[in-house]
Amino acid sequence: MKKTINPRRWFRVSHWCSSTTLLTATLLLILTPGYSQEVEMADTMRSEGKIYVVVAIVLLILAGLIGYLVMIDRKATRLERKLEGKKAS
Amino acid sequence: MKSSWWKIASVILLLYTVVGGFLMDVPRLAIVNETIRALYFHVPMWFTMIPLFLGSTYFAILYLRGNKMDNDLISVELAHAGLVFGLLGIFTGMIWANYTWGTPWHGDPKQNGAAITTLIYLAYFVLRSSLSNDEQRARLSSVYNIFAFAAMIPLIFIIPRMTDSMHPGNGGNPAFNMYDLDKSMRKVFYPATVGWIGLGLWIASVRIRLRRAEEKILDLEYEKNN
Repeated sequence: MKKTINPRRWFRVSHWCSSTTLLTATLLLILTPGYSQEVEMADTMRSEGKIYVVVAIVLLILAGLIGYLVMIDRKATRLERKLEGKKAS
Repeated sequence: MKSSWWKIASVILLLYTVVGGFLMDVPRLAIVNETIRALYFHVPMWFTMIPLFLGSTYFAILYLRGNKMDNDLISVELAHAGLVFGLLGIFTGMIWANYTWGTPWHGDPKQNGAAITTLIYLAYFVLRSSLSNDEQRARLSSVYNIFAFAAMIPLIFIIPRMTDSMHPGNGGNPAFNMYDLDKSMRKVFYPATVGWIGLGLWIASVRIRLRRAEEKILDLEYEKNN
Protein backbone atom coordinates (compact mmCIF):
# COMPACT_ATOMS: atom_id res chain seq x y z
CA MET A 1 0.00 0.00 0.00
CA LYS A 2 1.30 3.35 -0.96
CA LYS A 3 1.47 5.93 1.79
CA THR A 4 -0.12 9.18 0.73
CA ILE A 5 -0.12 12.55 2.41
CA ASN A 6 -3.42 14.15 2.81
CA PRO A 7 -2.84 17.56 1.21
CA ARG A 8 -5.45 19.19 3.40
CA ARG A 9 -4.01 17.81 6.57
CA TRP A 10 -0.50 18.73 5.48
CA PHE A 11 -1.60 22.27 4.83
CA ARG A 12 -3.12 22.48 8.28
CA VAL A 13 0.05 21.17 9.96
CA SER A 14 2.34 23.43 8.01
CA HIS A 15 0.09 26.37 8.58
CA TRP A 16 0.07 25.71 12.31
CA CYS A 17 3.86 25.39 12.30
CA SER A 18 4.49 28.56 10.39
CA SER A 19 2.00 30.58 12.40
CA THR A 20 3.51 29.48 15.70
CA THR A 21 6.99 30.24 14.37
CA LEU A 22 5.86 33.67 13.29
CA LEU A 23 4.19 34.30 16.61
CA THR A 24 7.29 33.18 18.52
CA ALA A 25 9.52 35.32 16.35
CA THR A 26 7.30 38.33 16.84
CA LEU A 27 7.15 37.77 20.56
CA LEU A 28 10.93 37.38 20.70
CA LEU A 29 11.44 40.55 18.71
CA ILE A 30 9.11 42.48 20.97
CA LEU A 31 10.42 41.01 24.18
CA THR A 32 14.13 40.70 23.44
CA PRO A 33 15.27 44.28 24.16
CA GLY A 34 13.37 44.41 27.42
CA TYR A 35 14.52 40.92 28.30
CA SER A 36 18.22 41.65 27.87
CA GLN A 37 17.94 44.89 29.81
CA GLU A 38 16.13 43.41 32.72
CA VAL A 39 18.42 40.48 33.31
CA GLU A 40 21.58 41.63 35.05
CA MET A 41 24.81 40.16 33.77
CA ALA A 42 28.47 41.02 34.41
CA ASP A 43 28.48 43.39 31.46
CA THR A 44 30.74 46.10 32.90
CA MET A 45 33.80 44.83 30.99
CA ARG A 46 31.81 44.77 27.72
CA SER A 47 30.10 48.16 28.00
CA GLU A 48 31.13 51.59 26.70
CA GLY A 49 33.01 50.20 23.73
CA LYS A 50 34.94 47.76 25.97
CA ILE A 51 37.10 50.59 27.35
CA TYR A 52 37.41 48.71 30.65
CA VAL A 53 39.42 46.03 28.88
CA VAL A 54 42.00 48.65 27.86
CA VAL A 55 42.04 49.98 31.42
CA ALA A 56 42.74 46.45 32.70
CA ILE A 57 45.57 45.96 30.17
CA VAL A 58 47.25 49.29 30.96
CA LEU A 59 46.87 48.66 34.70
CA LEU A 60 48.52 45.26 34.31
CA ILE A 61 51.45 46.72 32.36
CA LEU A 62 51.88 49.53 34.90
CA ALA A 63 51.64 47.10 37.82
CA GLY A 64 54.12 44.76 36.16
CA LEU A 65 56.66 47.51 35.50
CA ILE A 66 56.29 48.91 39.02
CA GLY A 67 56.66 45.40 40.46
CA TYR A 68 59.84 45.00 38.44
CA LEU A 69 61.12 48.34 39.74
CA VAL A 70 60.38 47.18 43.32
CA MET A 71 62.47 44.06 42.65
CA ILE A 72 65.39 46.12 41.29
CA ASP A 73 65.07 48.42 44.30
CA ARG A 74 65.31 45.42 46.67
CA LYS A 75 68.28 44.07 44.78
CA ALA A 76 70.03 47.43 45.26
CA THR A 77 69.26 47.26 48.99
CA ARG A 78 70.74 43.74 49.21
CA LEU A 79 73.85 44.88 47.36
CA GLU A 80 74.23 47.86 49.71
CA ARG A 81 73.96 45.57 52.76
CA LYS A 82 76.53 43.19 51.30
CA LEU A 83 78.95 46.06 50.77
CA GLU A 84 78.35 47.40 54.28
CA GLY A 85 79.27 43.99 55.69
CA LYS A 86 82.43 43.85 53.58
CA LYS A 87 83.57 47.26 54.72
CA ALA A 88 83.15 46.35 58.39
CA SER A 89 85.25 43.19 58.10
CA MET B 1 59.62 50.92 54.59
CA LYS B 2 59.53 54.25 56.43
CA SER B 3 61.44 56.02 53.71
CA SER B 4 59.45 54.49 50.87
CA TRP B 5 56.09 56.14 51.60
CA TRP B 6 56.54 58.45 48.60
CA LYS B 7 57.06 55.46 46.31
CA ILE B 8 53.79 53.89 47.48
CA ALA B 9 52.07 57.28 47.12
CA SER B 10 53.24 57.71 43.53
CA VAL B 11 52.16 54.15 42.65
CA ILE B 12 48.67 54.87 44.01
CA LEU B 13 48.56 58.15 42.07
CA LEU B 14 49.61 56.38 38.85
CA LEU B 15 46.99 53.66 39.25
CA TYR B 16 44.41 56.41 39.83
CA THR B 17 45.70 58.21 36.73
CA VAL B 18 45.08 55.18 34.53
CA VAL B 19 41.59 54.47 35.88
CA GLY B 20 40.51 58.11 36.08
CA GLY B 21 42.29 59.07 32.89
CA PHE B 22 40.44 56.50 30.83
CA LEU B 23 37.04 56.56 32.50
CA MET B 24 36.35 60.02 33.92
CA ASP B 25 34.54 62.69 31.91
CA VAL B 26 36.53 64.83 29.49
CA PRO B 27 35.41 67.79 27.35
CA ARG B 28 33.95 66.78 23.98
CA LEU B 29 36.04 68.58 21.35
CA ALA B 30 36.29 68.20 17.60
CA ILE B 31 39.49 66.74 16.08
CA VAL B 32 41.06 65.76 19.43
CA ASN B 33 38.04 63.65 20.49
CA GLU B 34 39.09 61.05 23.06
CA THR B 35 42.80 61.72 22.42
CA ILE B 36 42.44 64.60 24.90
CA ARG B 37 43.09 61.85 27.47
CA ALA B 38 46.67 61.69 26.21
CA LEU B 39 47.15 64.89 28.24
CA TYR B 40 47.33 62.70 31.37
CA PHE B 41 50.21 60.70 29.94
CA HIS B 42 52.09 62.84 27.38
CA VAL B 43 52.36 66.13 29.30
CA PRO B 44 53.51 64.55 32.61
CA MET B 45 56.51 63.11 30.72
CA TRP B 46 57.74 66.70 30.20
CA PHE B 47 56.65 67.77 33.67
CA THR B 48 58.83 64.92 35.01
CA MET B 49 61.79 65.63 32.72
CA ILE B 50 62.04 69.29 33.82
CA PRO B 51 62.40 68.68 37.62
CA LEU B 52 64.86 65.85 36.91
CA PHE B 53 67.00 68.16 34.74
CA LEU B 54 66.65 70.94 37.31
CA GLY B 55 67.88 68.57 40.02
CA SER B 56 70.72 67.48 37.74
CA THR B 57 71.83 71.09 37.30
CA TYR B 58 71.51 71.72 41.05
CA PHE B 59 73.86 68.83 41.84
CA ALA B 60 76.21 69.91 39.05
CA ILE B 61 76.52 73.32 40.76
CA LEU B 62 77.01 71.56 44.12
CA TYR B 63 79.80 69.52 42.56
CA LEU B 64 81.52 72.62 41.22
CA ARG B 65 81.31 74.25 44.65
CA GLY B 66 82.58 71.31 46.72
CA ASN B 67 84.28 68.87 44.32
CA LYS B 68 82.46 65.92 45.87
CA MET B 69 82.24 63.04 43.40
CA ASP B 70 78.94 61.89 44.90
CA ASN B 71 77.24 65.09 43.70
CA ASP B 72 78.46 64.43 40.17
CA LEU B 73 77.07 60.89 40.37
CA ILE B 74 73.63 62.17 41.44
CA SER B 75 73.74 64.81 38.70
CA VAL B 76 74.42 62.22 35.98
CA GLU B 77 71.68 59.84 37.06
CA LEU B 78 69.07 62.60 37.33
CA ALA B 79 69.97 63.73 33.80
CA HIS B 80 69.82 60.12 32.63
CA ALA B 81 66.29 59.57 33.99
CA GLY B 82 65.26 62.98 32.66
CA LEU B 83 66.44 62.07 29.19
CA VAL B 84 64.36 58.86 29.26
CA PHE B 85 61.26 60.86 30.13
CA GLY B 86 62.10 63.44 27.46
CA LEU B 87 62.36 60.76 24.78
CA LEU B 88 59.06 59.26 25.94
CA GLY B 89 57.56 62.75 25.72
CA ILE B 90 58.76 63.19 22.15
CA PHE B 91 57.54 59.78 20.95
CA THR B 92 54.15 60.02 22.66
CA GLY B 93 53.81 63.51 21.19
CA MET B 94 54.57 62.14 17.72
CA ILE B 95 51.80 59.56 18.02
CA TRP B 96 49.37 62.19 19.24
CA ALA B 97 50.36 64.68 16.53
CA ASN B 98 49.95 62.05 13.81
CA TYR B 99 46.24 61.72 14.57
CA THR B 100 45.39 65.32 15.46
CA TRP B 101 47.77 67.52 13.47
CA GLY B 102 48.10 65.13 10.53
CA THR B 103 51.80 64.28 10.67
CA PRO B 104 54.05 62.89 13.39
CA TRP B 105 56.53 65.72 12.92
CA HIS B 106 54.63 68.90 12.36
CA GLY B 107 57.64 71.18 12.72
CA ASP B 108 55.92 72.86 15.62
CA PRO B 109 58.32 75.19 17.50
CA LYS B 110 57.77 73.31 20.73
CA GLN B 111 58.43 69.97 19.01
CA ASN B 112 61.65 71.30 17.48
CA GLY B 113 62.67 72.89 20.78
CA ALA B 114 62.09 69.62 22.62
CA ALA B 115 64.13 67.74 19.99
CA ILE B 116 67.05 70.21 20.30
CA THR B 117 66.88 69.91 24.11
CA THR B 118 67.09 66.13 23.82
CA LEU B 119 70.11 66.44 21.52
CA ILE B 120 71.81 68.87 23.94
CA TYR B 121 71.39 66.38 26.77
CA LEU B 122 72.54 63.50 24.54
CA ALA B 123 75.69 65.54 23.89
CA TYR B 124 76.14 65.74 27.67
CA PHE B 125 76.53 61.95 27.77
CA VAL B 126 78.77 61.98 24.71
CA LEU B 127 80.98 64.54 26.45
CA ARG B 128 81.16 62.41 29.58
CA SER B 129 82.06 59.24 27.75
CA SER B 130 84.83 61.02 25.83
CA LEU B 131 86.80 61.92 28.99
CA SER B 132 88.73 59.28 30.90
CA ASN B 133 89.90 61.36 33.86
CA ASP B 134 87.22 61.26 36.59
CA GLU B 135 87.83 64.75 37.96
CA GLN B 136 88.04 66.32 34.53
CA ARG B 137 84.89 64.53 33.38
CA ALA B 138 82.95 65.65 36.43
CA ARG B 139 84.09 69.27 36.17
CA LEU B 140 83.58 69.73 32.42
CA SER B 141 80.24 67.94 32.31
CA SER B 142 78.98 69.92 35.33
CA VAL B 143 79.73 73.16 33.51
CA TYR B 144 78.08 71.83 30.36
CA ASN B 145 75.07 70.69 32.43
CA ILE B 146 74.41 74.27 33.54
CA PHE B 147 74.56 75.40 29.92
CA ALA B 148 72.20 72.60 28.85
CA PHE B 149 69.56 73.59 31.38
CA ALA B 150 69.93 77.25 30.50
CA ALA B 151 69.44 76.38 26.81
CA MET B 152 66.35 74.28 27.55
CA ILE B 153 64.36 77.15 29.08
CA PRO B 154 64.12 79.34 25.94
CA LEU B 155 63.77 76.30 23.67
CA ILE B 156 60.77 74.83 25.48
CA PHE B 157 59.20 77.74 27.34
CA ILE B 158 59.98 81.00 25.56
CA ILE B 159 60.37 80.49 21.79
CA PRO B 160 57.14 78.46 21.37
CA ARG B 161 55.23 81.26 23.10
CA MET B 162 56.70 83.93 20.82
CA THR B 163 55.97 82.17 17.53
CA ASP B 164 53.06 80.24 16.08
CA SER B 165 52.85 76.98 18.00
CA MET B 166 50.00 74.49 17.92
CA HIS B 167 50.57 73.50 21.53
CA PRO B 168 47.89 74.77 23.92
CA GLY B 169 49.01 77.88 25.77
CA ASN B 170 51.49 78.80 23.02
CA GLY B 171 51.35 81.10 20.00
CA GLY B 172 48.05 82.62 21.08
CA ASN B 173 46.37 79.23 21.53
CA PRO B 174 44.20 78.85 24.57
CA ALA B 175 45.64 76.86 27.47
CA PHE B 176 43.84 74.57 29.86
CA ASN B 177 41.30 77.08 31.13
CA MET B 178 39.56 77.17 27.75
CA TYR B 179 38.98 73.43 27.83
CA ASP B 180 37.05 73.42 31.07
CA LEU B 181 40.02 71.76 32.71
CA ASP B 182 39.06 73.25 36.07
CA LYS B 183 36.16 70.92 36.56
CA SER B 184 37.07 67.55 35.18
CA MET B 185 40.62 67.30 33.90
CA ARG B 186 42.56 68.91 36.74
CA LYS B 187 41.30 66.15 39.04
CA VAL B 188 43.34 63.64 37.06
CA PHE B 189 46.08 65.83 35.56
CA TYR B 190 47.63 67.15 38.78
CA PRO B 191 47.73 63.78 40.58
CA ALA B 192 49.12 62.29 37.34
CA THR B 193 51.96 64.83 37.25
CA VAL B 194 52.87 64.18 40.90
CA GLY B 195 52.72 60.41 40.34
CA TRP B 196 54.94 60.50 37.24
CA ILE B 197 57.48 62.78 38.96
CA GLY B 198 57.53 60.31 41.85
CA LEU B 199 58.20 57.43 39.47
CA GLY B 200 61.00 59.38 37.75
CA LEU B 201 62.67 60.16 41.08
CA TRP B 202 62.29 56.53 42.15
CA ILE B 203 64.01 55.22 39.00
CA ALA B 204 66.77 57.83 39.37
CA SER B 205 67.24 56.97 43.07
CA VAL B 206 67.67 53.26 42.32
CA ARG B 207 70.27 54.06 39.66
CA ILE B 208 72.07 56.44 42.06
CA ARG B 209 72.23 53.68 44.69
CA LEU B 210 73.55 51.15 42.18
CA ARG B 211 76.20 53.65 41.01
CA ARG B 212 77.26 54.29 44.62
CA ALA B 213 77.56 50.54 45.18
CA GLU B 214 79.67 50.30 42.03
CA GLU B 215 81.93 53.08 43.33
CA LYS B 216 82.29 51.27 46.65
CA ILE B 217 83.28 48.04 44.90
CA LEU B 218 85.90 49.94 42.89
CA ASP B 219 87.21 51.53 46.10
CA LEU B 220 87.42 48.14 47.82
CA GLU B 221 89.29 46.69 44.86
CA TYR B 222 91.66 49.65 44.90
CA GLU B 223 92.32 49.15 48.61
CA LYS B 224 92.97 45.44 48.05
CA ASN B 225 95.51 46.09 45.32
CA ASN B 226 97.44 48.75 47.21
